[in-house]
Amino acid sequence: MKVTIDGQSIEVEPGTTILQAARMIGGESVPPAMCYYSKLKGSGGKCRCCLVEVTKGSDADTRPMPKLMASCVTGVMDGMEVKSITSERVLDARKSVTEFLLINHPLDCPVCDQAGECDLQNLSFKHGSANTRYIEDRRTFEPENIGDNIQLHMNRCILCYRCVMTADQLTDNRVHGVLNRGDHAQISTYISKAIDNEFSGNMIDVCPVGALTDKTFRFKSRVWFNKPYNAHRDCDKCCGKTTLWMFGDEIQRVTARKDEYHEVEEFICNECRFEHKDPADWVIEGPRKFEKNSVINQNNYTRDMKPVKIETEKNILLGRDEDRKKISMSEVPLKGQEKKEFKEGNV
Amino acid sequence: MGRKILLEHANVPGIKSYEVYRKMGGYASVEKALKSMTPDEVVEQVKTSGLRGRGGAGFPTGLKWSFIDKKSGNPRHLVCNADESEPGTFKDRYLMEYIPHLLIEGMITSSYALGCNLSYIYIRGEYMWVFRILEQAIKEAYANGWLGKNIMGTGWDLDLYVHCGAGAYICGEETALIESLEGKRGNPRIKPPFPAVKGLWQEPTVVNNVESIAAVPWIVNNGGEEYAKIGIGRSTGTKLISASGHCKNPGVYEIELGLSVDEFMNSDEYLGGMMDDRPLKALVPGGSSVPILPANLIFKTTEGNDRLMTYESLSEGGFESGSMLGSGGFIVYNDTSCIVRNTWNFSRFYHHESCGQCSPCREGTGWLEKVLHRIETGEGREEDIELLWDIQRKIEGNTICPLGDAAAWPVAAAIRHFREEFEYHVRFPEKIKNRDHYVNEPFEKVRHLVTKQTV
Repeated sequence: MKVTIDGQSIEVEPGTTILQAARMIGGESVPPAMCYYSKLKGSGGKCRCCLVEVTKGSDADTRPMPKLMASCVTGVMDGMEVKSITSERVLDARKSVTEFLLINHPLDCPVCDQAGECDLQNLSFKHGSANTRYIEDRRTFEPENIGDNIQLHMNRCILCYRCVMTADQLTDNRVHGVLNRGDHAQISTYISKAIDNEFSGNMIDVCPVGALTDKTFRFKSRVWFNKPYNAHRDCDKCCGKTTLWMFGDEIQRVTARKDEYHEVEEFICNECRFEHKDPADWVIEGPRKFEKNSVINQNNYTRDMKPVKIETEKNILLGRDEDRKKISMSEVPLKGQEKKEFKEGNV
Repeated sequence: MGRKILLEHANVPGIKSYEVYRKMGGYASVEKALKSMTPDEVVEQVKTSGLRGRGGAGFPTGLKWSFIDKKSGNPRHLVCNADESEPGTFKDRYLMEYIPHLLIEGMITSSYALGCNLSYIYIRGEYMWVFRILEQAIKEAYANGWLGKNIMGTGWDLDLYVHCGAGAYICGEETALIESLEGKRGNPRIKPPFPAVKGLWQEPTVVNNVESIAAVPWIVNNGGEEYAKIGIGRSTGTKLISASGHCKNPGVYEIELGLSVDEFMNSDEYLGGMMDDRPLKALVPGGSSVPILPANLIFKTTEGNDRLMTYESLSEGGFESGSMLGSGGFIVYNDTSCIVRNTWNFSRFYHHESCGQCSPCREGTGWLEKVLHRIETGEGREEDIELLWDIQRKIEGNTICPLGDAAAWPVAAAIRHFREEFEYHVRFPEKIKNRDHYVNEPFEKVRHLVTKQTV
């Protein structure tokens, strides 16, 4: 089947959705997706970020579709023509969805562990506005403890249902779900149970925002101060292929490997994720590549890597002059030459 | 005197019981259909009748029936949507409470037409006493051989159950209803696949409103052509209207479609004019989710045609100057009512009832409600009116199910037709601080404060 997205044509199998076709083409036309997750069955259609305009239904029925369609759940038809970023309507809709998602979001990125790898940040960076028109109180929830490994921040949740589907499809007994209705719907356990299933940690990886974060990594570091490495170990429960987020020679966090759409390549078990923080447990394959414009790339590998040994708690930025310069800590003033470089660059 | 089809025998004493209902000619349609017609002939009759879905959208029932997937051989289901929760609509309750057997009879005949062996009535939780009435009626129908195995010796089986919802408006949306019936959280599904292909338990399902199903026995008895003679154009048959608000005689009325709004409002047979003879200010003709009409557009359209009680005439002029027949919740407002407060009240309802699945509706309905509440309590800002317009525009059409549209339309219409009232609320917070502020000082008296003066 032939489908044209923003003027780019591609041949795809029947049953492909518009979003999948767009991802095959790649580039700017790929609609953002906050709730769709290709590894989870039945996901998508909820966040409405991926709305596209179908200007021609198919070769058989050339009429355009009157409404914007959620590209993640709309199958392609032969000869379909789709406008993604070339359509004003689509951009306007994405802008409004972004605004809707943000009105009740706490915007606490400075203290959020997800900041830097957050889909909502990326979405608002691209489609959001710098001003808010929302002057009311944001809705809040009482904090809830859902176990030792996973931290739930319900205020940040955008109700994508990904974690519910993960628990449904990966674990045997789902103990959490969505309670209540409308903007008071919340992710919660029934009733106040700990989520302790062996694969429950994957909820952290699928969460597009900072609603579910790793408790063992809580407030340890900003993600862009970590260096990600591909690593693996023999695990009898899962594939054992992970990304280690290192600071010096300390493993601060373990996640599954994520692709360019921030979807995990393979789900991993809780043992790999939470219990192996010793580099000796892992076979480190090498540094992991990131998109060019990712904030994680801030800490890139393009310059010579000198081995540094760091005690995190003691001297947080000792031996990392560049970072110190970037942050410009007032306690550690820059030298005259450094200050000049900081302002003008050292090119 | 208009013709009565649904409520013909509503006033017969004891019509609730099977014996009286049968004596008045009840279950004749089942006999006729099962003995002398094939299922396809019944569908054909309903198609000819031009009966349109009475739940609000007005989709032709016969056409909907013909979409059901009979080829796959999967078991088919008929589900009756009795989750009537639209503010202003209470026709189905009346029908089910007073003539429960009419719905049961309709369910049997329609199930026969669709070839279903297992059908459901999904009733809202607040209608618990009606639920009991229906249970009783079903028991009587079983006892008299209209339900169960081998009905009337034809070899066709039908089981009918009443399922009680838990009181969520969203479960009136057909796919959410199906989810709820399956025992899950009542979230609307993403279409396609449509219920006619994959509905209840992934099997072909038709979901119809109570009133649509109750009209089927008459159509089968008297023929679709006879039904199509009632009404005007594509609006055939009769419709139950539940009238409320500031009219003299509120209640449920059966009207022939094509009656003029003027006659319905002012004749003694129906609403009998305005309560206390105060002037008419606005009208919601089809339940809370349809656009509100200002006084000048109620009896005449912008084209100068008489406004009739039909699907077409009420929506004449589109959303600019028209509305919709919807589910027939006819709400009348006189000059003491505050449109801003009314709109806020509707928004509050949609905020409360949004399922929270898709973001524009979940966040947008709450936002609308908060802004409207601010305006109504005298804390509005001038830019809030534009903001409201912008929010509703961004919800409409971008959601999974029509609840988002239903939340957006009343706000849009209120701003479109009553913008001055919003401005009045924003500019004179002192004057609107009491909720009965229009009783002593109707808007007409203060309109000059907000109209633009040209010198």
